[in-house]
Amino acid sequence: MNAIEAGHLFKRFGTVTAVNDVSLTVREGETFGFLGPNGAGKTTTIRLLTGVLTPDAGTVHINGIDIHRHPLDAKMQMGVIPESSTVYGDLSAEQNLHLSGKMYGMPRALREERTREILSRLGLSEKRHNPVRTFSKGMKQRVSIACAIIHRPRVLFLDEPTSGLDVQSRRLVIETVRHMNEQGSTIFLTTHNIEEANTLCQTVCIINKGKIVAQDSPERLKKMFDTTQSVEVSFDRTVPRDLFAADGILRAEPCGDKWRLYTDNPDRVLKYLVGRAGRESIGITSLSTSGPSLEEAFVQLTECA
Amino acid sequence: MMEIPLFLRGILVITGKNMRLYYTKPPVLMFGLLFPLFMFFAFFVGRHLDLPSFFPGFLAMMLFFTASSVGPLITPWEKREKTYERLLSYPVTQDSIILGDVAAGAIFGIGISLLVWIASIFFIPVTVTNMGLFTLAFILGTLSCASLGVLLASPASDSPPNVMIFSNLIRFPLIFISGIFVPLAQMQGWGLTLAYCSPLTYLVDLFNAALSGSSVFSPLVDCGVLIGVSVGFILAARVIQKRNLVKGM
Repeated sequence: MNAIEAGHLFKRFGTVTAVNDVSLTVREGETFGFLGPNGAGKTTTIRLLTGVLTPDAGTVHINGIDIHRHPLDAKMQMGVIPESSTVYGDLSAEQNLHLSGKMYGMPRALREERTREILSRLGLSEKRHNPVRTFSKGMKQRVSIACAIIHRPRVLFLDEPTSGLDVQSRRLVIETVRHMNEQGSTIFLTTHNIEEANTLCQTVCIINKGKIVAQDSPERLKKMFDTTQSVEVSFDRTVPRDLFAADGILRAEPCGDKWRLYTDNPDRVLKYLVGRAGRESIGITSLSTSGPSLEEAFVQLTECA
Repeated sequence: MMEIPLFLRGILVITGKNMRLYYTKPPVLMFGLLFPLFMFFAFFVGRHLDLPSFFPGFLAMMLFFTASSVGPLITPWEKREKTYERLLSYPVTQDSIILGDVAAGAIFGIGISLLVWIASIFFIPVTVTNMGLFTLAFILGTLSCASLGVLLASPASDSPPNVMIFSNLIRFPLIFISGIFVPLAQMQGWGLTLAYCSPLTYLVDLFNAALSGSSVFSPLVDCGVLIGVSVGFILAARVIQKRNLVKGM
């Protein structure tokens, strides 16, 4: 059975069509990445899928239950981590988890057991009694995640869960997502971090201007753009962008002390770079080629749509 | 169908959450507790008024302010803190959120007004002539006032101060046209017509019937109007909040 099935979803806000005929299916146990640039319709789609917003047209089924006909039964199946760390600042971490557990009808003993277990796993045991408003952004996000998983949902929705977090909190969040997936939960994840989607997700769906432009496994999506490869080069001194205005170089982007050059002909670019550097007495400190990346697929798909 | 128990549980949990989080918020204490007390002192103390005859009006005013002060705060506060979206993603519906907010306001109104009544009987010689009507007045009064509070919070705003100002703009005029400071029997012309339009009038009248045994309208009419406006306010809040959600968060 599919964990999530959305069919022909439409949502307009005034004259803007935020979600335009979106259909997707997420298999049970899958980690599904939902990518798109800012304003593409990711958050609106997740709000439609979780029953927070009502679509103008279309259907959503969670584990076979129509969320707009049986919202309570469908919502019992899922945990949701909204875009912002939306927990009650006046309550402690422990009280927030208890409130969440009560919403899902968990008995007190089970709530206490799970609260202890989750707060310990997320490194919040010591501050369990402190008001959440005193927490850092990363800690608030951990409480938010804890609230969403206390009832061990069969489907977990995460809207940009690692956005703006420090490395330690980010790792904890990713570990928790992996752990939940290993325990059998289906994961629906929106993220800006392409690498995160590449490593976590079995399927990636890309949305742009409210429409789905691609849906496949990360490797297959990369293969769609296997004509676009890249060359990374760094020099012993700063060079102007003009240096890369040459045949075969489709785009040049600075990456720290390096340049990444996108090309459909790496051989030609390598020869050009070596020749040009020799003529102008510029030292090459590093030079490497790499295959098509998911990031490149994302850029291509969202640019051309 | 497991939806009905889930629905009722949602109302209970939301009510408990509201009681825990919002009863001690400064705007609730200010406009729900201190303000009606100050109004009482300003209008009744030191003016040699017949306090027992004005007591039903004072009790109705107390109940009106307390029960209608919680509702306007909750939704704008939750929208500002961005907890509203998470709340909607729990196994609750917008209806359970509205009814949980009404229940929290009603319980606050009953609790504080009962305390005031109990404290008052030591200083003001008031007797309850009809305990059944008195209980009904408390229940229907808190329900209608709490429903009004939730309706006042329904316009799309994530600014609690704006909503509190808006709610006070509506609430303050009502106390001057509802037979609290001028007994209903002495009102004439436009004043009386306006009084008929205020739901608070019927609560004051019901308290009069319960405490002194005399009322302008039949208690049945008072109860009918209070039930009607409660249902009307809840339905209006439901329509507005659903419309807001269609427009976005």
